[in-house]
Amino acid sequence: MTAVITRPEALLYDGVEWDYDKIKRVYDAIEHIALKEMGLDVYPNQIEVITAEQMLDAYSSIGMPLMYKHWSFGKHFARDEMMYRKGYRGLAYEIVINSSPCISYIMEENTMTMQTLVIAHAAFGHNHFFKNNQLFQQWTDAQGILDYLEFAKTYIAHCEERYGHAAVERVLDAAHALMSQGVHKYPKKRSDLRTEQRRERERQEYQDQTFNDLWRTVPKTAAGPRPAKSVSERKKLLGLPEENILYFLEKKAPRLEHWQRELLRIVRHISQYFYPQKQTKVMNEGCATYVHYQIMSRLHETGQISEGAFLEFLHSHTSVVFQPEFDDKRFSGLNPYAVGFAMMQDIARIAEKPTDEDRQWFPDLAGRGDGMAAVREAWANFRDESFILQYLSPHLMRKLKLFSVRDDAEDPYLLVDHIHNERGYRDIRKKLARQYDLGYLEPDIQIVDVDLAGDRKLILQHRVTNGVLLDESDAKAVLRHIANLWGYEVQLIEVSAISEAILKEHAVTAPSGIGVG
Amino acid sequence: MNIIDRRLNPQGKSLANRQRFLRRAKEQVVKAVRDASGKRGIQDIENGEKVTIAAGGVREPSFHRAAQGGVRDYVVPGNKEYVEGDTIQRPDGGGGGRGSEGSADGEGEDEFRFVLSRDEFLDIFLEDLELPDLVKQKVKQSESHTLTRAGYSVSGSPANLNLVRTMRNSLSRRIALKRPKRDEIRELEEMLREAEEAGEDATQIQALREQLEHIVLRSRRIPFIDPIDVRYNRFETVPKPIAQAVMFCLMDVSGSMTEHMKDLAKRFFMLLYLFLRRRYRSVDIVFIRHTHEAKEVDEETFFYSTETGGTVVSTALEEMQKVVQERYPHNEWNIYAAQASDGDNMSSDNAKSATLLRDVILPMCQYFAYIEVAAEHNMGLSALGRETELWRTYKQVQSPERPLAMRRVRSRREIFPVFRELFAREKAGA
Repeated sequence: MTAVITRPEALLYDGVEWDYDKIKRVYDAIEHIALKEMGLDVYPNQIEVITAEQMLDAYSSIGMPLMYKHWSFGKHFARDEMMYRKGYRGLAYEIVINSSPCISYIMEENTMTMQTLVIAHAAFGHNHFFKNNQLFQQWTDAQGILDYLEFAKTYIAHCEERYGHAAVERVLDAAHALMSQGVHKYPKKRSDLRTEQRRERERQEYQDQTFNDLWRTVPKTAAGPRPAKSVSERKKLLGLPEENILYFLEKKAPRLEHWQRELLRIVRHISQYFYPQKQTKVMNEGCATYVHYQIMSRLHETGQISEGAFLEFLHSHTSVVFQPEFDDKRFSGLNPYAVGFAMMQDIARIAEKPTDEDRQWFPDLAGRGDGMAAVREAWANFRDESFILQYLSPHLMRKLKLFSVRDDAEDPYLLVDHIHNERGYRDIRKKLARQYDLGYLEPDIQIVDVDLAGDRKLILQHRVTNGVLLDESDAKAVLRHIANLWGYEVQLIEVSAISEAILKEHAVTAPSGIGVG
Repeated sequence: MNIIDRRLNPQGKSLANRQRFLRRAKEQVVKAVRDASGKRGIQDIENGEKVTIAAGGVREPSFHRAAQGGVRDYVVPGNKEYVEGDTIQRPDGGGGGRGSEGSADGEGEDEFRFVLSRDEFLDIFLEDLELPDLVKQKVKQSESHTLTRAGYSVSGSPANLNLVRTMRNSLSRRIALKRPKRDEIRELEEMLREAEEAGEDATQIQALREQLEHIVLRSRRIPFIDPIDVRYNRFETVPKPIAQAVMFCLMDVSGSMTEHMKDLAKRFFMLLYLFLRRRYRSVDIVFIRHTHEAKEVDEETFFYSTETGGTVVSTALEEMQKVVQERYPHNEWNIYAAQASDGDNMSSDNAKSATLLRDVILPMCQYFAYIEVAAEHNMGLSALGRETELWRTYKQVQSPERPLAMRRVRSRREIFPVFRELFAREKAGA
C-alpha cells in the first residue's frame, strides 16, 4: 500500500506574530482537514479576538458573552483578577460557547501557533462535540441561547429598576443556591429558548388584559377547614415527589410574584443549559484535545507548519494532558484532558490495531478499522459515565496505573480494594464511571410533601448513600433560601437509602415579614 | 468563518457586578479596610489595598455532601507498590486531600481575598464623613458669579437673539393675521400681466390691480418680523460655589514636641488632606511651623527638621493671617486649618492667641481643628484632668457657632477615630 502523501505545501505562517490573513489561511487549512479528512460536523464558526482583561470578564460571567448582573459574578471576578494579577494563575487560552454560530474567544497575547491550536481545539473540537453529542442535542438550544441571555439580562435589569436591587438579589441568591437542583434530569419537552421569551411576554400581556379589579371585592369563601385530601391525592396534585426544586417553587410556591417566578425560570433555564457540560467534562475535553492533536499533527505532516511551531505546540499539548500521580504534590484529581485524550487514542487504537485482550473486551469495536469513525460514534452517543463504563480498556488502566481506594470514616486506614489487574479491571472501571456520574455525585434531594391543610410546611428528603450526610451549615443556608421563596417553614430529612431510617433533620422556620415580596 | 476583533469593545463589563459585590460585602469590607488602615502608614493609604474578608457574608451555599464521614471510593492514578487489601495511613486532613471529591469541589475557604482599587478604598475609608456646614458657608461667602441660561426675555443684546424662538413667534403671528404669502402676490402679478398682454377689458385689469395693491399693502402692514416677535436668551447670574480649598497645617516644633507627637500630627494632617482632596478639585497646602516665631516652610522641613526655642502660638496664627491675606483671599478659598501642638504656650501669649483666633482666624476659616498630641506614656495626665495652657485658652474661644474643634490624641490608634468623630456626618457644629 502506498501512502498518498499530500504535496508538501508552503508554510502557512512563520514566526510568532499573528494577523488576520494568517488566521484566515490557518483556518481554511484546518477546516479542510477537519471536515474532509476527519469527517467532523460543526456549527458555523465565529472567532473573536479579545484582551486578557476581557478574558477575565468572560470568566466571571460563567464564560458567556452576556449575562445578567449579580454580585456573585463580581466576587468571582475579584478573585480571578487577583489570582491573575499576582501571578498565581494563568488565563485559559480560549473560551468556547455552545451556540450557533459557535463563538470561540482567542486572546491577543497568544502566539500564532497557540491561535492555530485554539482554533483546532475550540472551533472544531468543542464545536463538533456541541453539535453532535446527544446530550447537547437533547438539552441545549444552541440557536437560542444568546438571544435568551439577552432577554434574561434586560428582564432582570428591568426588574431591578422596578422592584429594587435588594428584592431581585434576594430571589437570585436563592435561585443560585438551588441551581444544581434546578434541572430536569429526564427530558420532558424540548425547550426552545426563543419561545420561552415569547411566552413570558404573552403571559404578562394576558395578565394585563384580564386584570379586573372587581375580583378583589368578591367576598372570600368562609375560611373553614377544608376537607383534608389523602396524602397520595395531594402529592399527585402537586406533582410530587419532585427533584427539580426550582421548577417546583416556580410553579407552586404560593407567595411569589409573577416576576419572581420568571427569575427562577431564567436561572433554571441557564442551569439546564449547562447541565450537559457538567456531564461531559472528560468527553468534551477529550474530544477537543484529540481533534487538535490530530489536526496539528496533520498540519505538521503536510509541511504546513514549521518544526519550531510543532515543538511549541507539543510543549503546550503535553502540559495540558499531564496527569500527576496520586502522590505527586501537583495531584488534584484526575485531569479530564488527560483521561479524555488517552481514551480517545485508545479507542482509535483498539479499532485499528487491537490486541487479543482488546478483542476479548471489545468484540464489536476491536479491529473494525477507521478509528476516527469509532471515536466519532463515541462522541455522539455517550456521556462521561457511560463512556468510561463502555470504553475504558484494561490497557489504559494499566497505563494510568489506576487503583481504587475505599475511605471508610470508621476505619483508621484507607483500604486499597482494587488495583489494575485481572480481578480489578471491572470494578475500577465501574468506580471510575461512578466518579463521573452526576446522579451519584450530587446528593439526591427531592421535595416529598407539602402540608397543605396545615401550616404549609415544605418537606424535602435527602436519600443518603454510603452514609455521607450533607454539609450542615451550607444545607441550612440553602434551606433558608428555600424558605424565603416558599414563604413558610421548610424541613429537610436525611434518610438512609437502604434502611429508610431517618439520620438527621434540618428545619428552617418561615421567614419573618411577608414572604419574598 | 467570521473573525471579529472585540479588543476595542468597552472594557470593564463586570464593573456593575463588582459594585454589587462590594455593596453586598460592605460591612465586612468596611471592617477590613479599617483594620488595614490601622496597620499601615498614612503615606501609602492612598494605594489600593488587598483586603481579606470572611467568606461568610458572600458565601454561595449549595447542597453538597459533607467532607467528612461515611464511606467513599476514589479511583486514582499512579499505583506503584499497592496490591489489593493493602492499607494506607490516612493522610492528614481526613482523606480530604485524596481524589477529586474531597477537596477539589471545596468551596470551603474561610476567607476571601481580593484587591480594592484606590478609589474604592478611599470611598470606604472616608465613608460617612462630611465637611461641616459646607453648603451654607459656600453660599454665604462666595462672591464669584457665573452666568447661566434662564429662559427668554423680550429685551437683550443682539448677540443673545434667539432665532428659533423669534421665528416661531413671527410665523404664528403671520398665520394668525393672514399675511399674504409671497406666492399669492406673485400669482396675482402673473395674472395681471397676462390680462394686460391679452388686452382684456380695463375694468377687469383695474380690479386685479386693486387687488394686488391691496395685498401688497397688507403684506407691508404686517411685517415679516415684528418687534413683538423678538426674543432674547436670558441669562442670570448665580453665585458660583467656591471649589478650591487651602489647608493650613500649623505645628509646634519646639523641643517639647517629640518625634512620636510629630508622627501623630502628621497622620492627622494626611488624613485631612486626603479627605479634602475627595471634596475639592484642588487643594493647596500651607505648612506653618512655629517655635517662638513662625515660618512658612515646605513639607520636608515641616516634618523633619528640628528647631529649638520657646513656644509662642500667636506667631503661627499671625503667619497664617498673613498668608491668607497675601495669597488666599477668604472669599475665594475654602480655608481649613489644623493645628497640632503638645499644648505648651508662653503664658503671656495666651490672651493674644485667643483674641487672634476668635477675631481673625475663625471668621475666615471653614473649619479649624486643634489636635493636642500627647506622649504615649503620658497616659495619666489628661485623665487627671490637667488641661494644658493652650487647651484652656482655646476652650474659652470655643462656642457652638464657631467652627473650632478640639481633640486630644495619644496614640496612632486614636487618630482615625478622632478624625471620624470630627467629620462624622450629621454632627452639627462638631
